[in-house]
Amino acid sequence: MEVISFVALAAGLIIGLGAIGACIGIGIMGSKYLESAARQPELMNELQTKMFLLAGLIDAAFIIGTGIALWFATANPFLAQIANLPK
Amino acid sequence: MTTEGHEHAPSAGEYIIHHLHHLQNKHQEGVVDFSVINLDSVFFTIVLGVVGCWLLWLAARKATSGRPGRFQAAVEILVEMVDSQAKGIVHNAQSRRLVAPLALTVFVWIFLLNAMDMLPVDLLPWVNEHTVGLPYLRVVPTADLSITMGLSLGVLLVCLFYNVKIKGAGGWVHELFSAPFGDKWFLYPVNFAMQLIEFVAKTVSHGMRLFGNMYAGELIFMLIALMGGAWSLSGTGIALFLGHIIAGSVWTIFHILIITLQAFVFMMLTLVYVGQAHDAH
Repeated sequence: MEVISFVALAAGLIIGLGAIGACIGIGIMGSKYLESAARQPELMNELQTKMFLLAGLIDAAFIIGTGIALWFATANPFLAQIANLPK
Repeated sequence: MTTEGHEHAPSAGEYIIHHLHHLQNKHQEGVVDFSVINLDSVFFTIVLGVVGCWLLWLAARKATSGRPGRFQAAVEILVEMVDSQAKGIVHNAQSRRLVAPLALTVFVWIFLLNAMDMLPVDLLPWVNEHTVGLPYLRVVPTADLSITMGLSLGVLLVCLFYNVKIKGAGGWVHELFSAPFGDKWFLYPVNFAMQLIEFVAKTVSHGMRLFGNMYAGELIFMLIALMGGAWSLSGTGIALFLGHIIAGSVWTIFHILIITLQAFVFMMLTLVYVGQAHDAH
């Protein structure tokens, strides 16, 4: 029981903390992109590809974390280890 | 997985575990076991690679200098996009003759591999169960770490090749020992360690990023499918059915962005890494 509750907490923390970081990162990048596009509109296309590239990079760590957390939540690997422990 | 042949309907955990199991040539003992081959991933990767090459070949064969059709226009946009990115990153016209087509192939291939996520999660496993009867089937090859790490290792080999080709074997070894901090004998071990870390980190993060995105996306599709499964098993709660439809549609639309973005990111990083091999420090 203890393992299940700890893993549930851990999954929530992994997703939540990752989301904070990724959202702040995307927000800062988006605002900077809009600022720079307003300052120099002729660079907009060039900056847009770079922004999407960075969006992919920023998002990646968060989505990897979400995947691992969902894996823990649905197919908990630690329960199998508990079951194999000698009583 | 349908419930035929089972005494009971699979629980949520069993459903997910069954769907995350690869069709393998033998049972996997440890976390790292190089004698195991994920046959389903290899099969879909090769088939989609052939399909991608065939599509591009078709566009090239039917290309006209007159008014292009829709298909030709789409491929032309793609080729021009990759070509302009390659021109901006790899500053060597000779290398671009190989690297730009490589980037285009990588983009098309990974996009097709990722696009397998768009199929309903149970469609191909269901077809398989009713025709061929393989025990397991996973349809998204990029949600398999072996495939993505294989791709990023391939990119690493191209980088190493261009390092040797552009700088010469001696020049590259000199750079390995003197690059980040400076050409002093007492800095050689630190420099070499930093270079090794850089190569390993680049390759691992390159493969892990694609894998993580696709794996998480696939898992979320499975959870959404479970929502519909819960509705069909219980027969009550129309909210589950509506939730299934809405969540599935929203996530699929969002996933169109993710699969394109991740294929684009993989292609761009391939270009960036090969471009780095051309820059002398």
